[in-house]
Amino acid sequence: MTSRQRDEWTSQVYRVAGGIRRRVLEHTIRNNGGYLSQACSAAEIIATLYLKAMKIGPATVPPVPPPFAGVPGPGNPAYASGAGYNGPQGPEWDRLILSPSQYALVLYAALVELGRMAPEGLAQFNRDGSTVEMIGAEHSPGMELMTGSLGQGISQAAGLAMARKRRGDRGRVFVFMSDGEFQSGQVWEAIQAMAFHRLDNTVIYVDVNGQQCDGLVSQVMNIEPLDKRLKAFGARVIRIDGHDVKALARPAGLKPDGRPLVVLADTDPCRGIELLAGRRPKLHYTRFERETEREAFRSLLDSL
Amino acid sequence: MEILSKVHYHNLVKWAQDKPDVLVLSADLTGSTEIDLFRDTYPERFLSMGIAEQNMLSFAGGLAREGYCPLVHTFAVFIYRRAYDQIAVSVAYPHLPVKMFGFLPGIMTPGGATHQAIEDISIMRSLPNMTVLECGDATEVESVMDVAYGVRGPVYVRMLRGEIPRLFDPSEPMALGRTRTLSQGHDLVVLSSGICTEEALRALRVLQKRGLAVKHIHVSTLKPFAHPEIIESIAEARYGVISMENHSIIGGLGTIVAEQMAGAGLGKKLVRIGIKDTFLHGASRPYLAREYGLDAQALIEAIEKLVGERFNIGEADLEQIHLTPVHSSAKAEAL
Repeated sequence: MTSRQRDEWTSQVYRVAGGIRRRVLEHTIRNNGGYLSQACSAAEIIATLYLKAMKIGPATVPPVPPPFAGVPGPGNPAYASGAGYNGPQGPEWDRLILSPSQYALVLYAALVELGRMAPEGLAQFNRDGSTVEMIGAEHSPGMELMTGSLGQGISQAAGLAMARKRRGDRGRVFVFMSDGEFQSGQVWEAIQAMAFHRLDNTVIYVDVNGQQCDGLVSQVMNIEPLDKRLKAFGARVIRIDGHDVKALARPAGLKPDGRPLVVLADTDPCRGIELLAGRRPKLHYTRFERETEREAFRSLLDSL
Repeated sequence: MEILSKVHYHNLVKWAQDKPDVLVLSADLTGSTEIDLFRDTYPERFLSMGIAEQNMLSFAGGLAREGYCPLVHTFAVFIYRRAYDQIAVSVAYPHLPVKMFGFLPGIMTPGGATHQAIEDISIMRSLPNMTVLECGDATEVESVMDVAYGVRGPVYVRMLRGEIPRLFDPSEPMALGRTRTLSQGHDLVVLSSGICTEEALRALRVLQKRGLAVKHIHVSTLKPFAHPEIIESIAEARYGVISMENHSIIGGLGTIVAEQMAGAGLGKKLVRIGIKDTFLHGASRPYLAREYGLDAQALIEAIEKLVGERFNIGEADLEQIHLTPVHSSAKAEAL
């Protein structure tokens, strides 16, 4: 690979990351509400996963999501997950599990930027009768598990990984997690089990943005030192700058060594939209309080 | 009456022999849920998950999505109380074939309130997509495996262990949605489930000798509850119906029958024998059965009240109830 090719992939990732921020900002202004800080912190992580870290194929489903066709059950055998937006499933392909489905808006924006979903799909966000739900469900584009109840994504992903390991699949299970989830006991039960059962076909990227619903993670319930805690539980831990795409891509290329791999990506919840910093310390959900504030963000959007 | 020891212990190994998709998950109660022979016979298909039920249930959901049939084994309370959200979100919503085997229903353990499952049917049957089964004897403990395996979605099984009577002929295995009519009569209907069927059989045998004609039906499929024959029988009963279950009177068999009767517009009396909206405590099965009114004598008392007649039946009239010693060799520990 030439240095020019290397630069090409990194610039493509940065371009998609910028596009994710722009689309989520646009959505937040239009709807006067959105998970904007999550786009700022996770844009490079999500873009790197799709473009560099994961081995996935092109989307297998129509670019405009069809209407919601009912919950799963014996009377609805045709129920389908949103995994088709992440490409075909098969022994050789990687899978992506979005654990905090509060990040769904960020994921949808990424799918549009990547050409996996049409912009009309994002326009369906939180509309009655649509699968493009606010808190993504397994039928939502880019999702394949129920993860809105925090802490359950990693355990389900571990079950998938165990099944894939037993079958000898080469494809791995990637999990995107938020740092707040590490307050939940189930997450530690899962890490413990993944280390014990040697599920080294799992790669967990954590958006360590230090933010949760009530405010700063450090003030709601401390989870640090997260790297040391995870290592003590038997995980292989790499802590990096979550906005450096080369640093983000590198761990996915490591040879598995028997331990589940956890990439702690330290991020800035205002990155790329510094105007958000004025809303600190509460960044979990962005709703403009005054029209002047909304105007300021609109001007920013126009300049991006 | 034939008493069998460690039915599941032996049967599971035989049953799972030709089912490579079946995995057994344990939460540190391997001997206590009779899956130690499975572990030793098929170590590759046995997954030790530790005392971590929330992870175990979500993990099982992940396995089921990939085509495996995980059989989750632990005490019932640790399934539905400790991991309810995980069952709802990771298992029931996606309609996955995770089979949950909950041991120690109701009065079956001296382990006290932390170990006694008294409201599991109530909780599990209110979950969409869930099938709920209860075993009443050795034949059902054996044949529930095929029933649970045959259901496409999640199944919760109230399981028995240790020394278990064989009440039903092995040639008549449990079948989904099929009740067992154990006696005929138009005076009243008795519906029993689980271990209460054995108690009801004792009481009714004596009462029928005294001239009372009782239709006795054993129920093992609690959800889906599609038993039109039960409503027809109640409609024909002179005095009404008595339900008898090793579970709270809220949400279990008695409640299900009440719902069905109300829906059918049946104006008959219903007496619910069960745990009367109270926690239990640590004591032996016969002691708790007497204290909480779940034994043959309790059924006789309820029938006397319903029909307004005294039958003067004493303990001596009842056949000797089979007692399982607390420290039995058929159990891994004294719980």
